[in-house]
Amino acid sequence: MRQRSTQLLLAFVLVLTTFSVFVAWPSDPDRYLPDFIPWPKEECAGPICIGKGISIFGQGRREMLLGLDLRGGTRLVLEADISNQPDVNLDEALDTAVDVVERRVNAFGVAESITERIGSNRIQVQLPGISAEEALDKIGRTAQLQFMEMARDDNGNVILQNADGTTQTAPLDTVLNNPSMIQQARFVPVSVVDGNGVRRELNGSFLDRGDIFVDRNAAGLPVLRFGMNGEGADLLAQATSRLSSPPQPMAFFLDNEPIRGADGRIIAPLVQSQISDRGEITGLSLGDARSLSTLLRTGAFPVPLTVVQQEEVDATLGDEAVVHSVQAGLIAIFVVMTFMVAYYRLPGLLASLALFVYVSVTLMVFKLWPVTITSAGMAAFVLSVGMAVDANILIFERMKEELRLGRSLLGAIDAGFSRAWTSIRDSNISTLITCFILYWFGDQFGASLVKGFALTLALGVVVSMFSAITVTRTFLHALVGLPVMRHLWLFGADVEAARRAPAAEALPRGELARRQNP
Amino acid sequence: MIDFVGKRAWFYLFSFALMVPGIVSLLLPGGLRRGIEFSSGTNFAVRFEQEVSQVELRQALAELGHPDARVQLTSDGRFLVRTDLIEGAAEAPPFGPALPSEREELETALAGRFGPMTDGDGNVTNRFLEFSSVSASVSSDITKNAALAVATAAVAILLYISISFISVPRPFRYGAAAIVALAHDVIVVLGAASILGRLFDFEIDTLFITAMLTIVGFSVHDSIVVFDRVRENVRRAEAAGYHPRLANAVNASLNQTLGRSLNTSITVVLTLIALILLGGETIRDFLVIMLIGLVSGTYSSIFVASQVLVSWEERDLGRLFRRRQAETVA
Repeated sequence: MRQRSTQLLLAFVLVLTTFSVFVAWPSDPDRYLPDFIPWPKEECAGPICIGKGISIFGQGRREMLLGLDLRGGTRLVLEADISNQPDVNLDEALDTAVDVVERRVNAFGVAESITERIGSNRIQVQLPGISAEEALDKIGRTAQLQFMEMARDDNGNVILQNADGTTQTAPLDTVLNNPSMIQQARFVPVSVVDGNGVRRELNGSFLDRGDIFVDRNAAGLPVLRFGMNGEGADLLAQATSRLSSPPQPMAFFLDNEPIRGADGRIIAPLVQSQISDRGEITGLSLGDARSLSTLLRTGAFPVPLTVVQQEEVDATLGDEAVVHSVQAGLIAIFVVMTFMVAYYRLPGLLASLALFVYVSVTLMVFKLWPVTITSAGMAAFVLSVGMAVDANILIFERMKEELRLGRSLLGAIDAGFSRAWTSIRDSNISTLITCFILYWFGDQFGASLVKGFALTLALGVVVSMFSAITVTRTFLHALVGLPVMRHLWLFGADVEAARRAPAAEALPRGELARRQNP
Repeated sequence: MIDFVGKRAWFYLFSFALMVPGIVSLLLPGGLRRGIEFSSGTNFAVRFEQEVSQVELRQALAELGHPDARVQLTSDGRFLVRTDLIEGAAEAPPFGPALPSEREELETALAGRFGPMTDGDGNVTNRFLEFSSVSASVSSDITKNAALAVATAAVAILLYISISFISVPRPFRYGAAAIVALAHDVIVVLGAASILGRLFDFEIDTLFITAMLTIVGFSVHDSIVVFDRVRENVRRAEAAGYHPRLANAVNASLNQTLGRSLNTSITVVLTLIALILLGGETIRDFLVIMLIGLVSGTYSSIFVASQVLVSWEERDLGRLFRRRQAETVA
């Protein structure tokens, strides 16, 4: 304990571990930890609560993020089939399809759903807590594209929607002169009365899907040109004559959500004149014009999508899996600790403490990152526990060797660490390389299992280098100099044997002899 | 000091004998029982309120058009069923309200026959607990990519070891020897999976791939630990001004790292045995494969990787051929 750096490190490890334990503490310890011990329940002391992780003034309370295999839910892989549409740009079509799927998924309020492109022609959707049928039903609905105008009250004032849900009104002129107010407006479907006296809403079905494209006007600016079918032309003519004096905005809603530009603003061009069968939209950026044209053209999915893979896990089953895996992990750690203490004595005890630090810090990182834990991730975690212990075994074996060679305790400790370092470094770096490649492959091909494994293992390896090396060494340094440390028995080193045969046996006798008599 | 290096011919013979049954089993038709991720098909889990026997369920499935269905019963009363591809949803396009799918039809039929189905907590849901299906286009991709990932990782490790061992003569050989040991372990594990498949219906699935990746990680880890010691011994000897025979340096290193190799192995094996005996049923297959692979990994670091390094230096292969030639001439 003499060195200041040791003291500082020890304090740091203590603080870090305490923090980690608070963060990682499960909300329901009896479920995971042996239930014969009365674990503290969720408790609050003033603003600080301990339970589902640490929480200060209600901030930062978090549960472990679990993958679909552990929490229940559905994973779907959809494949685009463009065999019948050779002229479709697959890349653009998929981006649009992802966008459409995302809208629908969000519309039915699934927390933490993920929609992403995988590989060259697939889309993966992960929906926690939803059955496959429900998911397909929602994703599969035919998209509704609607033409929208600003809602007006009886006096002709525009209804504006405030962020807090309340509404206010403003005169039309004021709104039209103020683009940010247009963004705030409540939109309603554009409706007109048709020739038969029936009120009809203007929607995507009146667009001539084959006649929507992006062009440039005389000034070189992007223009989105679109055509209407026969019925649509009449309706649009009526609607635009109403909306063009004075020019008012028209927005497009897909599945009741406004179509937005890349900057997040609702695309709402002003209707400049009456349009019937052909119209154009100006003032859009090229990117917005393109994506809007795709959405208008396709309404729904730009390419047919087929379900090629689906996975559904019942939530209760996932729950069992979590409890089983956690218990298995605890047993594994307990067995490892017992062996380490029995074989390496004092250093083994310190390594077990370091292992405790390792487990808490890793869980803390998982929770705060947050890393999604899957069954494969749990396997990786147990594996990294093995690697963390291996680093300690390497160091302790080396320490014993150095003690046998007659080094002082401190010298043996430092030599043990520095000599074992190269092998720990090389083996861990090759593990990290493997993780990196696996992660990349998993990402490319949507193998979320492989990705989870790689990420968890990589994090584990990095933390284990810290715990097995820095933490264990700090503990040992802290103890050197205490009277009890004179008993080398505590280190398992056979010192008597060392006295009898002090020579290094690094090389076979033949080599040594040759060296002595060249 | 134990003479590991001198008996390398025996170790090769032993490894060979270890691999032969597996290789034979792999090469015979139906070598690996492939799970749905690799051959397309459907897995589902179901639990009935009433007691149903495996035979009854199998018969019912056969009558419903799934004669090849395999049915397993877990200790908590769940049936795990593997069948040919069952459409979980009516074809996606044109997207609309889903028609009753093949899956729903099957659920209804089974519930009609055996009574209500329950979830993990015993509530009646009349739904499968778990359902996953993989179509052929996905399964072929997964197989290809898994193989590609392992191969790329092997090349990257080879490069890293070659660079890291640049301070000793012929660093490339260390990387190559580690890869040979890795291949040894992969073959042993695949062979074991094949034999287990024939005996106990063991299927390779995504968990198996995870186990395989873990084993690859450990195998290289073990080899590097031994090689690191070889590197240290060779470098130290060269600093002292003489050049030891590689065979001697390797043998000394094996003896020096033996304690570590055994202890690491023991901790991992103890952990795995504890998990196999006390852990859940769902991951037992996975753990058995891990156990086989990790024992093989420790074995191969001592008896394959290090020995290949020595054999390369001593030109064993050339000697073997020369001897053969000599015999044929004689």
